[in-house]
Amino acid sequence: MEEYNFLRTLADSWGLLAMFLFFLGVVIWVFLPGRGKAHEESKTIPFRHEDAPAPDDGDADDAQREEARK
Amino acid sequence: MSNYIKLIAYGLVTIFAMMAANFARDMAYQVHAIIVMLVAGGLFLWTLRHTDEPVVADGPDLQRSYMDGVVRAGVIATAFWGVVGFLVGTFIAFQLAFPGLNFDWSEGFANFGRLRPLHTSAVIFAFGGNALIATSFYVVQRTSAARLWGGNAAWFVFWGYQLFIVLAATGYLLGATQSREYAEPEWYTDWWLTIVWVVYLAIFLGTIVKRKEPHIYVANWFYLSFIVTVAMLHVFNNLSVPVSIWGSKSVSAFAGVQDAMTQWWYGHNAVGFFLTAGFLGMMYYFIPKQAERPVFSYKLSIIHFWALIFIYIWAGPHHLHYTALPDWASTLGMVFSIVLWMPSWGGMINGLMTLSGAWDKLRTDPVIRMMVISVGFYGMSTFEGPMMSIKAVNSLSHYTDWTIGHVHSGALGWNGMITFGALYFLVPRLWNRERLYSLSLVSWHFWLATIGIVLYAASMWVTGIMEGLMWREVDANGFLVNSFADTVAAKFPMYVVRALGGVLYVAGAVIMCYNLWMTVRRSPAKAAAGTPAAVPAE
Repeated sequence: MEEYNFLRTLADSWGLLAMFLFFLGVVIWVFLPGRGKAHEESKTIPFRHEDAPAPDDGDADDAQREEARK
Repeated sequence: MSNYIKLIAYGLVTIFAMMAANFARDMAYQVHAIIVMLVAGGLFLWTLRHTDEPVVADGPDLQRSYMDGVVRAGVIATAFWGVVGFLVGTFIAFQLAFPGLNFDWSEGFANFGRLRPLHTSAVIFAFGGNALIATSFYVVQRTSAARLWGGNAAWFVFWGYQLFIVLAATGYLLGATQSREYAEPEWYTDWWLTIVWVVYLAIFLGTIVKRKEPHIYVANWFYLSFIVTVAMLHVFNNLSVPVSIWGSKSVSAFAGVQDAMTQWWYGHNAVGFFLTAGFLGMMYYFIPKQAERPVFSYKLSIIHFWALIFIYIWAGPHHLHYTALPDWASTLGMVFSIVLWMPSWGGMINGLMTLSGAWDKLRTDPVIRMMVISVGFYGMSTFEGPMMSIKAVNSLSHYTDWTIGHVHSGALGWNGMITFGALYFLVPRLWNRERLYSLSLVSWHFWLATIGIVLYAASMWVTGIMEGLMWREVDANGFLVNSFADTVAAKFPMYVVRALGGVLYVAGAVIMCYNLWMTVRRSPAKAAAGTPAAVPAE
């Protein structure tokens, strides 16, 4: 019962607060000015590597991504 | 070398299964022991025949391609189990309308009580689960620009999951059940699924870790939350002590209301994370791909994700209104269910608005029509669910067919339709075909399935609300007016309509299987690997 009471109190106080703050953090992070470009970039991920994985060489990868963005 | 270790392991498992078949205390356990014996023995022979064969050198070339064989197998398994699950569902719908279909000779094997968990597990875990595993393997590779991590471990997940399905299904028919809804399989089947699931998680995470894209695409977030949460739910809900190592019976670690709450914490989050988060992963990949335009708002998708997973986990108690569950827990479940409206509808809007500027595709492309109506059903059932979780509404709807109608508008409409859409998307690509065999057959499938769902949901609304009202009807002196049998008799016409809806839905799925089969057989192969992949399916 002690364990239950402890968890129960934790869940509706600090646990709740921590999760809510985490969620607020996510929302703030999403709307952070300057993130817009990154989101636009993330949107297009499904359209880049349909047929084969990206090559190991980083430069070629970047070139391909440039290509895809056009 | 690794083959010798495998041989020892297979041999030990085979011998243990032989002993288990001999000492078995009940028939389900005995049949399962024989199945395991045959599988392990077969693998032993197969491995033996391939031991010390010259190894084909698979150089770095393998890393230059995606691992699609296992996705192809998953697509076939999805279509197969889908039809099986729909057929069983339609049959038990007729059993409810015509109890004579519970034949005397099939009592104890194929009566309603035995077939019902077979139906639910076949559609949720066999059809839905295979669809989730296959699409997650497909999507995580494409969006990470990396081949699946772990090599043949993906095949272990596929075949291990099929073995789980077979053990679960045969167990239901033979009466091995721990009576936990959507988690009926007994202890050893649960343990096996845990192993398979941990390997699945490792493959998925491993692929994400070695990704070439800097960002983890939102679909993978949804898939990952589905895999992690289902692992957690499965382990806690199935904490039980086997009565004997030679028998299928086990005893739950919880008792009374704690047991009920654990069950529905699991049950609702199976809906929330298996049937919602996982399938949203599909939505966030396949709708943009089929519409050939990126998701409407990436910001909204991130908020959708975090809001959904933070809120869903608390909604379970709404399954236990007006029971021994403490009032505060019941209210908590209700409130969080209502709050769920927001992320659910945010996600629906995000999916639908992805088509903004391309709405004409709805006219020309039946595949996108299928995906869009699935999102529509997602919105509808996530509106209906929170409404039914309100205590006052629940006092009418609980234990009635309304609940069954709600579940099916979600499962047939949302999960079924998005899966069909994904299958129509995947098959031409996986088998390197230019296009689907027939778009008009897709249209047939679309309309059969949609009309089937409408018949199903509408008849269940009518019968559910009717029986809810009949149960609570009292006369001037405060006596109940109707006996239970009166409500059963009154439901007959709606039960027939519901079963007919099921027939239409199965017919659509069979047409899909034919269409996909002919796509692989007859459709022209894609010209060359170098051509742009984004060929619209028109």
